[in-house]
Amino acid sequence: MLLDALTLNAGHNAAVVVLGTAAFGLAAGAVGAFVLLRGRALIADAAAHAMLPGVAGAFLLALALGGDPRALPALLAGAAVAAALAVLAVDALAATGRLKDDAAMALVLSVGFGLGMVLFSVVQALPVGGQAGLKGFILGQAAGMLEGDALLIAGLAIAAAALLALLFRPLALLCFDPSFAAAVGLPVRALDLVLLSLMLGVAVIGLGAVGALMVVGLMVIPAATARLLTGRLATMVVLSALLGAASAWIGSAVSAARPGLPTGATIVLVASALFVLALLFAPERGIVARTMQRVPAAPRRDGASPGRGRSMSAAG
Amino acid sequence: MTTFLQLDFVPLAAATLACLACGLIGNLLLLTRQSLLGDAISHAVLPGLVLGFWVSGSRAPLPMVAGAVIAAVLASGAIDLVRRTARLETGAAMGVVFSAMFALGLVLIELTGAASVDLDIDCVLAGQLETLIWPAAEDLQSLFDPRALASLPPELWTLLVVFAIVLGVLALLWKELRLVAFDPDFAATIGFAPRTLGLLVLLLTALATVAAFWAVGTILVIAALVAPAAVARLLTDRYGVQFALSAAAAVAMGAGGYGASVLLPPHFGLGGLNAAGTIAVTAGGLVAAAAILAPSRSAARVSA
Amino acid sequence: MRAPDPVPLPPEPALAVHGLSVAYGGTTVLRDVSWEVRPGTLAAVIGPNGAGKSTFLKAVLGLIPRLSGEVRLFGRPLAEARRRVAYLPQRASVDWDFPLTALQVAAQGRYPHVGWFRPLPRHERDRALAALAEVGLADLADRRIGALSGGQQQRVFLARALALEAELMLMDEPFAGVDAASEAAILAVLRRLARDGRTVIAVHHDLATAPATFSEVLLLNGRVIAAGPMATTFTAEALAETYGAPIPLAAAA
Repeated sequence: MLLDALTLNAGHNAAVVVLGTAAFGLAAGAVGAFVLLRGRALIADAAAHAMLPGVAGAFLLALALGGDPRALPALLAGAAVAAALAVLAVDALAATGRLKDDAAMALVLSVGFGLGMVLFSVVQALPVGGQAGLKGFILGQAAGMLEGDALLIAGLAIAAAALLALLFRPLALLCFDPSFAAAVGLPVRALDLVLLSLMLGVAVIGLGAVGALMVVGLMVIPAATARLLTGRLATMVVLSALLGAASAWIGSAVSAARPGLPTGATIVLVASALFVLALLFAPERGIVARTMQRVPAAPRRDGASPGRGRSMSAAG
Repeated sequence: MTTFLQLDFVPLAAATLACLACGLIGNLLLLTRQSLLGDAISHAVLPGLVLGFWVSGSRAPLPMVAGAVIAAVLASGAIDLVRRTARLETGAAMGVVFSAMFALGLVLIELTGAASVDLDIDCVLAGQLETLIWPAAEDLQSLFDPRALASLPPELWTLLVVFAIVLGVLALLWKELRLVAFDPDFAATIGFAPRTLGLLVLLLTALATVAAFWAVGTILVIAALVAPAAVARLLTDRYGVQFALSAAAAVAMGAGGYGASVLLPPHFGLGGLNAAGTIAVTAGGLVAAAAILAPSRSAARVSA
Repeated sequence: MRAPDPVPLPPEPALAVHGLSVAYGGTTVLRDVSWEVRPGTLAAVIGPNGAGKSTFLKAVLGLIPRLSGEVRLFGRPLAEARRRVAYLPQRASVDWDFPLTALQVAAQGRYPHVGWFRPLPRHERDRALAALAEVGLADLADRRIGALSGGQQQRVFLARALALEAELMLMDEPFAGVDAASEAAILAVLRRLARDGRTVIAVHHDLATAPATFSEVLLLNGRVIAAGPMATTFTAEALAETYGAPIPLAAAA
């Protein structure tokens, strides 16, 4: 059963789901590398949690307007609006001067999620009872994914990855050395906005694939794994994308084979397992390698450690 | 009155106590810019909670509390390890660790079969305030009747004990915690162990988080940890007033939020609102109001 | 605990460091630093950014682990001499938006005398007020620290260190970013401390004011470049070696 799902032989729909989430994993891993290096991991998480009221709001709006409340494009559009509002809310709170951005992010995350839960309970009480569909947006419910949804997710993910490839060099410089990027005349603010949009875009796509709570895991964990394995940014981005895709592929296949498992959590757990392996066994930064290096080195070691100077290089 | 005591009294008290216990500890997180540690801990305690639940096979508080506290300490160690080994900034390391542990917890709920009993994912996401009922209550006398009190849900007693512990530690270590929050290096040089006190704050956070679990779940507890302190911070620059105001905000958010979930739906023809959600939304409203009412920072600077 | 020696003869150095090395995450920041400071001295630690000056103070205080080397304060290990040492951290190392008043910060210097768990008694509060008065901030005792100027904040830190009533004070850039009034006030306190036979070791940035302020100097850049009396040690050659470039002695850094 698991093997069937892994090799896309568990039926057409299951194969589509696996491919769709894998495409998302690819985009999340690639964008995640930049998100990680630019220190935006937690704002991505806050925005992802705060997307839920957008989904419920879009559902209610579509219902009121007589449309199909469960149409994925409309729900994702609602999520995108909510995510953008969440980022603005974090900025507004931090602008008070008394709350630091960490508190602002935690507030937006929890209040946005709370509003989502309230609106979900409103939806649940409605006669249409489309609630079962909405709940998948919290933790991912790949089993319920339609072919059209999977294609939409895959299409958006590939578009995000392509945009990233196109802007690789300026974005790399932005993460590597923002002041240098500004000095050579790159539009740093615009690039940051592009990165933010890509991040929110991937979060919105991920909403349909792995659920709001797991989006940030699939952005950050493959990127952190890649960071353990390489010091070169280009390699890191490619590796992170591949790790993201592989985690999503394996995770969604496992959850398809065992229906009770929440898809998003299973995918993130696969990504975490790969991360733990890298943490232990990465060739230079891994714990095992570091311990081995430390043993022969006498306490009076002269000069810098082997790890020194291996900071990230932007050469692409 | 009987209906209120049976159905609404315990959820109201539980919501208020959960917000109070979390909100008071939240002051120390907010003032040391560690609000996101509260975020991380609240996610990371889940596997510990689930394992504690699985081992004891019940909602008995001690195993779950122990599991959650162990998970919190492991998470904080793991964040440090990941930060150093992968050379990530703290936020990114937190994202890695708490996502992984939260995912582990969710999968464990499924694998241990906890979901078939009464620890399910809905509870993780939004608590189970409505299950905290007190059928033995008859009238106000029940509040003083030992037999009726004995049948109060144990979750309420857990919250009461944890709230008392939080209050006691804050009172006993008032100046020590304030010193370490402000200047840990100086504290270390005069022998007031900042690491030990930091660990104590971490433990209290985990304790408050797990006690509040049945009331608001693991995600909305973040609102309980951060919002009361944020409201107070927007309104005052006095350390003592900060704690007093945060307690007031916690009561307003817990009682007001639960009240809204009960009282609003009939007025708007709604079928019922998720109580943990309305608590978080109430918290959001309080923060927004405080941000608008707050004395202007720049004005305070100029007058100085 | 052993009883203290009746009459210490001859006087032990206030600070004696031998072969101190410190590493941060695999990078050696300080190598083989040895230095002695006699009691009653005003001593400066001088060097370029990243030379390990703050690291030196923190290693002496046990705030960061030592790779090797020995530190003695008044002839004793740190654990036995803690009460005789005061630390004045860099101003930028704390969050000045923290909701505290000037007096509440100064009072932290009395905490070792109060001990754990007890609130601050009134007479200890008065001693903290006296320390604030000594740095000229008695009027601002109830002002929140975020509303103070940089120089006033620095003086609050100095008051807190004074309130400890220590014999050796380790200060990390006490003059950084202060206005003229605060500089004069801090300088007066340092001179008074030296007159009272107490020892001050300060990380210092301003090369122009160093010779007039301090009598001893440690020139540091990852290792000891030179150490000794200001008059004979603070030379153009030694400074050039410390900073890796010729430094005109007349110029402020």
